[in-house]
Amino acid sequence: MDQTKAPLFEALERFGKQRVVPFDVPGHKRGRGNPELVSLLGEKCVSLDVNSMKPLDDLCHPSSVIRDAEALAAEAFGAAHSFFMVGGTTSAVQSMIFSVCKEGDKIIMPRNVHKSAINALVLCGAIPVYVNPEVDHRLGISLGMEPAKLEQAVKDNPDAVAVLVNNPTYYGICSNLREIVKIAHCHGMKVLADEAHGTHFSFGDELPVSAMQAGADMSAVSMHKSGGSLTQSSLLLLNEGVNADYVRQIINLTQTTSASYLLMSSLDITRRNLALHGEASFKRVIRMADYARDEINSLGGFYAFGKELINGTSVFDFDVTKLAVFTRDMGLAGIEVYDILRDEYGIQIEFGDISNMLAYVSIGDRYQDIERLVGALDDIKRLYKKDKAGMLSSEYLSPKVAVPPRRAFYADKISLPLRQTEGRICTEFVMCYPPGIPILAPGELVTGEIIEYIEYAKAKGCNVQGTEDFSVERINVLK
Amino acid sequence: MEMWFSDIHTPNIKLNIRVKKQLFSEKSDIQQVDVFDSEDLGKFITLDGDVVFSEADEFIYDEMVTHVPMAVHPCVKKVLVIGGGDGGVAKELCRYPEIERIDVVEEDEMFVYVSEKFFPETAEGLKDPRVNLYIEDGLKFIRGKHGEYDLIINDSTDPFGPTEGLFTKEFYGSCFKALNDTGIMVYQHGSPFYADDETECRKMHQKVFQCFPVSRVYQAHIPTCSSGYWLFGFASKKYHPLKDFDAKKWNERKIPTQYYTTNLHLGAFMLPKYVEEILMTAEEEKK
Repeated sequence: MDQTKAPLFEALERFGKQRVVPFDVPGHKRGRGNPELVSLLGEKCVSLDVNSMKPLDDLCHPSSVIRDAEALAAEAFGAAHSFFMVGGTTSAVQSMIFSVCKEGDKIIMPRNVHKSAINALVLCGAIPVYVNPEVDHRLGISLGMEPAKLEQAVKDNPDAVAVLVNNPTYYGICSNLREIVKIAHCHGMKVLADEAHGTHFSFGDELPVSAMQAGADMSAVSMHKSGGSLTQSSLLLLNEGVNADYVRQIINLTQTTSASYLLMSSLDITRRNLALHGEASFKRVIRMADYARDEINSLGGFYAFGKELINGTSVFDFDVTKLAVFTRDMGLAGIEVYDILRDEYGIQIEFGDISNMLAYVSIGDRYQDIERLVGALDDIKRLYKKDKAGMLSSEYLSPKVAVPPRRAFYADKISLPLRQTEGRICTEFVMCYPPGIPILAPGELVTGEIIEYIEYAKAKGCNVQGTEDFSVERINVLK
Repeated sequence: MEMWFSDIHTPNIKLNIRVKKQLFSEKSDIQQVDVFDSEDLGKFITLDGDVVFSEADEFIYDEMVTHVPMAVHPCVKKVLVIGGGDGGVAKELCRYPEIERIDVVEEDEMFVYVSEKFFPETAEGLKDPRVNLYIEDGLKFIRGKHGEYDLIINDSTDPFGPTEGLFTKEFYGSCFKALNDTGIMVYQHGSPFYADDETECRKMHQKVFQCFPVSRVYQAHIPTCSSGYWLFGFASKKYHPLKDFDAKKWNERKIPTQYYTTNLHLGAFMLPKYVEEILMTAEEEKK
């Protein structure tokens, strides 16, 4: 296939030149009906905001330019089939799970998954079997899925239908995906990869193996993260042997019938850009991230971690584009550095948690901005360094699942003040966003340690959310 | 043929300069660099389409960032000039025999090349044996320096674009660290007149006044700058620009100038009411 083509984008260009009179939605009619929208987004942008029609195909039932664009994307990512997704990678992750799990089916996954995965279990009634990840106690981060632990989980749950893996985690930790695929397939289980943070893996030898390359069955790829497409646009990839027509039906259960052409065309040209220039672009990103890591580590006090974490098991590989920095030795929680960087230095980073912060380095970065980040960290060291005594370190608390998520979420419940929930079974999510990895999920036992963690995270300024009570002072628990 | 260069001051206001000839136009790794020749301003250089200096008014700026701190600090030995690739500031500094070392850090090699080629008289400043030229990012250069300098002059003009990193809290913080206990930092403070410039000017003062015990602002008239009216910042760990000012000593040096005088030194710190108010409210907002 010719990766220099962008069929959907080209169709939109052709369509624009035809000056067709719109008697269809959207009602702003190329912006004429909403001048403020035009001044906000620009002529070009609003003129691309059109409805599906014959010359522009239909995302729910693609038969021409969208189908061609999806085929090109599949080829670029080494997949057998791809779907353009307009509901974020959340919709891609959930479609993967809905495609392989029915009510009561077991799915094996690490507990440090994004909330979208556990939400899918609430919706479809599948039962999670958690493989507890090893924790790096110094950094306070959970690591990858170890094949030996998966082997045990498979042995204990031979009736499980699928395994879900992060490739990589938010921090860039990768599991031994090829081995995981081997174990799962050996037992007739599908492998689903959450590659929200791994779009770039298909474009470069210095990067960890991509899910498609490792033989996983499905993968959810956040094109809008490292890929560079518009926010909310994403890809769902299928490998050989997955029934694409059934997956389309599943996607259409929840997907909008008015998919945005802005999002879809951004996927199309971003795929083209990645196919043509991705390798060179990500080489540059790697060099920049490596440079930043070296500079940050030479400041003293901060620890920007990298490939030295690799240990063959729980850290099988590391995504070097991830610039995660351990801040606790400065006496500062990651979230505190995150806030200082924004409020005092005008630098917005991806997230900060209890012990670390993550700066997202991408194809849009410049060295001069890296210098600002490093300079700001140096100045923070000069002005804000504190004694680290009394700081909480543990990031991952291994959950005790008492009731499956769906049953817990819909069960009869009562709302209790956080402090009084110890020993009860939670019926909702509690998480810091970002990163959106649940501290508590529906059906899990609330422990004293978890209560302490939530209170600490709130006090340090994390954005804690997920509960019915907006301020997270009360938690819903089983009656 | 009629050819005009437009220096955009705001989306609605521009300064037009009739161009005799375009002498240079190239894109470096960092920015678009152009040199023009004009009737009234002589040769002038632009970066990304903004006038940086012209032959006609460059002296004002070079003298004001150099002589003001030099007339206050009793003994400057080591100076850092950030972004001074044209050599103008180094040239003024070289008039002081007690200065032992001048480090000039310029990010863009092409800027140095163009200055040497089209403004050789100014660039002469880079040839003095005390001057060390580094082609490097200013923020990076200064990061590793601790208590080394008596004087830092931030010669970068534009808080927007490639040099914006040199107008940040982290940069001023790094300067504080790189100065010794009696060090002075002089920097471009922009123009206070048009709305966007004023906002930047206010933010700049907030960043610096929190960082240094002494933080004062002074002014000059520079025709090619936005609105023709320009401010400089004087930030210091010890010396006050007026209380520690030694006019007699400076006059005894008999340094030839075209703009700076010791009388003007005093006047430059006497700011218009509206500027005083900008600075005062900026300080109050941060307290």
